[in-house]
Amino acid sequence: MQETPHIRMLLGLADDALIHGHRLSEWTGHAPTLEEELALANIALDLIGQARALYQATGLPEDELAYLRDPHQFRNVLIAELPNGDFAFTITRLLLVAAAADLVWRDAASSDDPDLPGIAAKARTEIAYHIRHAADWLVRLGDGTDESHRRSQKAVDALWPYTGELTVGIDRAAWLRVVEPVLERATLTHPADGWMQSGGRDGRHTEHLGHLLAEMQILPRSHPGATW
Amino acid sequence: MTNTPLWEVFVRARNGLAHKHVGSVHAADATMALQAARDVYTRRGEGLSLWVVPSNAIVASDPADRAEMFEPTGSKIYRHPTFYEVPEEVGHM
Repeated sequence: MQETPHIRMLLGLADDALIHGHRLSEWTGHAPTLEEELALANIALDLIGQARALYQATGLPEDELAYLRDPHQFRNVLIAELPNGDFAFTITRLLLVAAAADLVWRDAASSDDPDLPGIAAKARTEIAYHIRHAADWLVRLGDGTDESHRRSQKAVDALWPYTGELTVGIDRAAWLRVVEPVLERATLTHPADGWMQSGGRDGRHTEHLGHLLAEMQILPRSHPGATW
Repeated sequence: MTNTPLWEVFVRARNGLAHKHVGSVHAADATMALQAARDVYTRRGEGLSLWVVPSNAIVASDPADRAEMFEPTGSKIYRHPTFYEVPEEVGHM
């Protein structure tokens, strides 16, 4: 596969959406309530839909991109592949990632790329809801019980070093202007920006991505060309 | 979840229609109830507008009163608008 800069850019966006979407889909059957299970599944489906549109824009076969690449060929940011952890971790990640995605899609909407503005128009309304849902939950978790506050603060602290990658190519100050007011309402604080994890865009991933792909790819890899 | 309040959900499918009861959701407060209703009941383009109402705000008739509440109307077929000839010019009503 010839990875031109254009394809690499599309794969970065697509892999972010696919891997994060897959993580969210793992809540199916495990979410705290039926209502929240559907909410997370809806968001997962939004993201997988965005991934499909972006894979198609590369002109390469989308199933091969999703199901037949190895971990080092994935271009997603590391934060997308981290295991779900508890509900507070999942919701905190959703806010941090969606707030960045909104800024990415804003730029994409006015780009002169042949495909991106169309994909962005649809993605932006979806992402707006993801931000709203995550923010409303995080305020309730952070400003909820001692236990929910402790867990959500722990999630912010653990995720913060993964946010450096998220804001490469967008204005981090603009991202903070979305994230910080939510944290404040949630009575949460974030660590100072220090050393940041990175490498996802270059295919240097955590050990978690391999396990995720093993599960996600097993069917097409064990039954090539399977249809249903 | 046993102490999480229950909310009744109403969806308006199109402009000009009334909100119609579609079911209920559990949620801690009104904001989250609206999101739960959106995620559970409007996944397939069912609506343009949502209402959620605390279930305990609904005053319901007692099934034991069914006879006095509803049976008297059974014998009053003249209340149905079927005894009028609709002039042809009116068309479909």
